[in-house]
Amino acid sequence: MRPVIHDLSLQIGAGEAVGLVGESGSGKSMTSRAIARLLPPGAAVSGDITFDGQPVMRMSSAELRRYRTRGIAMIFQDPRAHTNPVRRIGDFLTEALRTTMDVPKDEARRRAVRTLAEVGIEDGERRLRQYPHELSGGMLQRVMIAAALLAEPKLLLADEPTTALDVTTQAEVMAILDELRRERGVAVLFITHDLELAAAVCDRTCVMYAGEIVEEQASASLNAGPLHPYTAALLAARPRLDGPAGQLPAIPGHPRSAFEVGEGCAFADRCPYREPECVARPQALRQLEAGLVRCRRAEDVHGALRAISLEAGSVG
Amino acid sequence: MADAVLEADRLRKVFRLRGHGGGDGEIVAVDDLSFALAEGESLAIVGESGSGKTTLARMLVGLERPTSGRITMAGRDRSTPARRTSERRRRGRETQIVFQDPYSSLDPRQTPASSIDEVLRLHFRLSRAACAARVAELAAQVGLDDRQMTALPRALSGGQRQRVAIARALAAEPRVLLLDEAVASLDVSIQAQILNLLADIRAATGISYVVISHDLGVVRQITDSTIVMQRGVAVERGTTADVLHRPQHPYTQLLRRSVPAPGWKPARRARPAPATEPRA
Repeated sequence: MRPVIHDLSLQIGAGEAVGLVGESGSGKSMTSRAIARLLPPGAAVSGDITFDGQPVMRMSSAELRRYRTRGIAMIFQDPRAHTNPVRRIGDFLTEALRTTMDVPKDEARRRAVRTLAEVGIEDGERRLRQYPHELSGGMLQRVMIAAALLAEPKLLLADEPTTALDVTTQAEVMAILDELRRERGVAVLFITHDLELAAAVCDRTCVMYAGEIVEEQASASLNAGPLHPYTAALLAARPRLDGPAGQLPAIPGHPRSAFEVGEGCAFADRCPYREPECVARPQALRQLEAGLVRCRRAEDVHGALRAISLEAGSVG
Repeated sequence: MADAVLEADRLRKVFRLRGHGGGDGEIVAVDDLSFALAEGESLAIVGESGSGKTTLARMLVGLERPTSGRITMAGRDRSTPARRTSERRRRGRETQIVFQDPYSSLDPRQTPASSIDEVLRLHFRLSRAACAARVAELAAQVGLDDRQMTALPRALSGGQRQRVAIARALAAEPRVLLLDEAVASLDVSIQAQILNLLADIRAATGISYVVISHDLGVVRQITDSTIVMQRGVAVERGTTADVLHRPQHPYTQLLRRSVPAPGWKPARRARPAPATEPRA
């Protein structure tokens, strides 16, 4: 048994967009799978997940099916891996409506066409008859979003939904997600490795490292005022569009997973501000200014981090 | 151009589609593309899927044959396949490529030390001791330690594997290194390390880079000049600073606007794309 998530607490309000940002192995995808109760068989889980007052971990299979239709919906990085290649787009879009919600076939198809139009696909009737391989990646990701929204869930779990797409398509898909969330009041948990993308579309951003949240604050203030050394280092390491193109302030070492780190601060071995005390005992997530941070030196280094992000963050 | 190490002259690549969707068709992947790469220069080829940038890379290393046009490397034509092994090896030595996915570009059963040694033995006549010394030198250059050099790829992280791929490419002492989305799949903190490494290597050896990328930040960081491609055609070119800061072509401007940055808000827009989208 190896821990992949270690002490994670998270709240998402109705209609709120929360970004969950981390590098590989940080546990961000596992977090969304836990919310959907889609953890690998045999996973040892402790803690609670509560959706609308209901305990997700104790739902019966009927409750779970309803929860996964009307409660939450998921979209993933690779839409091609999450559609059945031998079923038409129409079957894929209407399956949940017809099986879980008993919507008649014609009505389900009408709703599907309407939702496709909302995600920018105008010729919905024709698309319903097509197979996944006949659509480009960006188009298929829109179909995924339409499918996720058709059952009118309250929470959308979006796991790197634009990572495999071209940048111009990414901008388009993000705009669609942003618009639909505001119009329909759907809450979104947006999982990504891209801090700037998360900050641009989410109200609040959580930064994960080695299976825990190390920082959480309003997206609007994150870029200018990171609280955790890891967040500041991530912001600085990203190459900027406006130069100066000198040496990038890379983070030494490589990202850790929860099972690779000890009791103390997981980032300590890559952190320029570490002290022996940092790894001596577990660090708690605590309030600082308007955010939360898991760093015992957060007050001491706050000025330095702000300076780093100001230098790096002149409009990219 | 006298000091050009690599030149492309009116390159064109057409793929024929037979009986696809009821009828024959043609796809012009690269159309009338010319450029010259100077010694020690770093040139970016920027574009999205379907822009022809990967087809261009494959032609430059000899994996695809241009339909028409010329590729000249150090004054010698290489637009037609090599007829002799010695010629093929010479071309291989002059141009090396690093691919996007380090998980699939390395042999899972070969250690980094052995895969670099293999390249050295193929291209150079070195004694066993000289070979070992050169392997150690390359390992040091890309920042790999002894344990990593004798481990199997599955025991290495993505960043370490990409360092192996770079060391293996450098082993042939190429004049041109093609980086085909070489940092695209790496974590941000690792990507910065590899970008710094590539900058250091160019400064130390005077090697030239052709950097194929869709990531404008990466392009800004490690290239001097940029060609923007859209559907096989170069729509804009110039110094990287100019192209990114004063983009002239609408497509370059769109690319530039699509990059998330502080204050960025994604906007729906009329796409400058054909009514029927190309299939992926």
